Amino acid sequence: MGRNEHKFCVLLVEDEPADAHLVKISFEEGRLLVDLQQVQDGVEALEYLRRTGRFAEARRPDLILLDLNMPRMNGRQFLEKVKQDENLKSIPVVVLTTSEAETDIISSYDLGASGYIVKPVDINDFIEQVQQLENYWFSLVKRPAG
Amino acid sequence: MSKLCTILLVEDDAADAHLTRMAFEEGRIGVDLQHVENGEEALAYLKQESTYQGQPKPDLILLDLNMPRMDGREFLKQIKQNKDFRAIPIVVLTTSDAETDVYASYDQGAAGFIVKPVSIDDFVHQIQKLENYWFELVKRPAYP
Repeated sequence: MGRNEHKFCVLLVEDEPADAHLVKISFEEGRLLVDLQQVQDGVEALEYLRRTGRFAEARRPDLILLDLNMPRMNGRQFLEKVKQDENLKSIPVVVLTTSEAETDIISSYDLGASGYIVKPVDINDFIEQVQQLENYWFSLVKRPAG
Repeated sequence: MSKLCTILLVEDDAADAHLTRMAFEEGRIGVDLQHVENGEEALAYLKQESTYQGQPKPDLILLDLNMPRMDGREFLKQIKQNKDFRAIPIVVLTTSDAETDVYASYDQGAAGFIVKPVSIDDFVHQIQKLENYWFELVKRPAYP
């Protein structure tokens, strides 16, 4: 199946391969066909969104899932850059992290995050979370087209 | 007793506000629904001015777009530029499904855009998805 048949595109910004794999599996278990694109850190994510270099053909994501702790450009720095960029700031960004620190939660919303999800340990819990996420972003709310 | 979730509903139409209240009563979560009628009142509420003194800070704001005095667009813009209030998630709740409204709302920092359905059953269902997301799935800032 070609990726354009996938109705929704999610950009996952995550440096940890095991975590990225878990997210991928959870979306595969979901009810919706999601074109899940993954980049490793904030620098790559900006390249993806600005379609530079190898991302020239990249699809604009409907939603960004963002880890906080990553090398080079971390999630906070990335979030700040995206929300200050006129062309990118309308894309909803949901933080997906292991941190439950109150300072991380408040600063994420402060910088413009549209949600903050603490990754569960259990894969079944995570599958359920992804379904709630899909219910909200791909069923309940309207998002900007293209 | 666990703390109720507080939602500030900014809506000038009394019938729509009533419908929203009913939909939350059908929901699974105890919600303290506070209602104001336009952006000006909503700002006064958040700043705890006069009659709003001591009111709880909302966990979420549900915002209509078309209202007199200060409309939803202007309110959203002001809140997202105010460092005391900008962390509060704002979800637009409107009858408009104009693409320009959708885009402009996200652009100004809305964390969702819900088009009100005509049927009450559909609306109850929508409110449940909203509750699932904001009060079960995601963590929100804890206010003192």
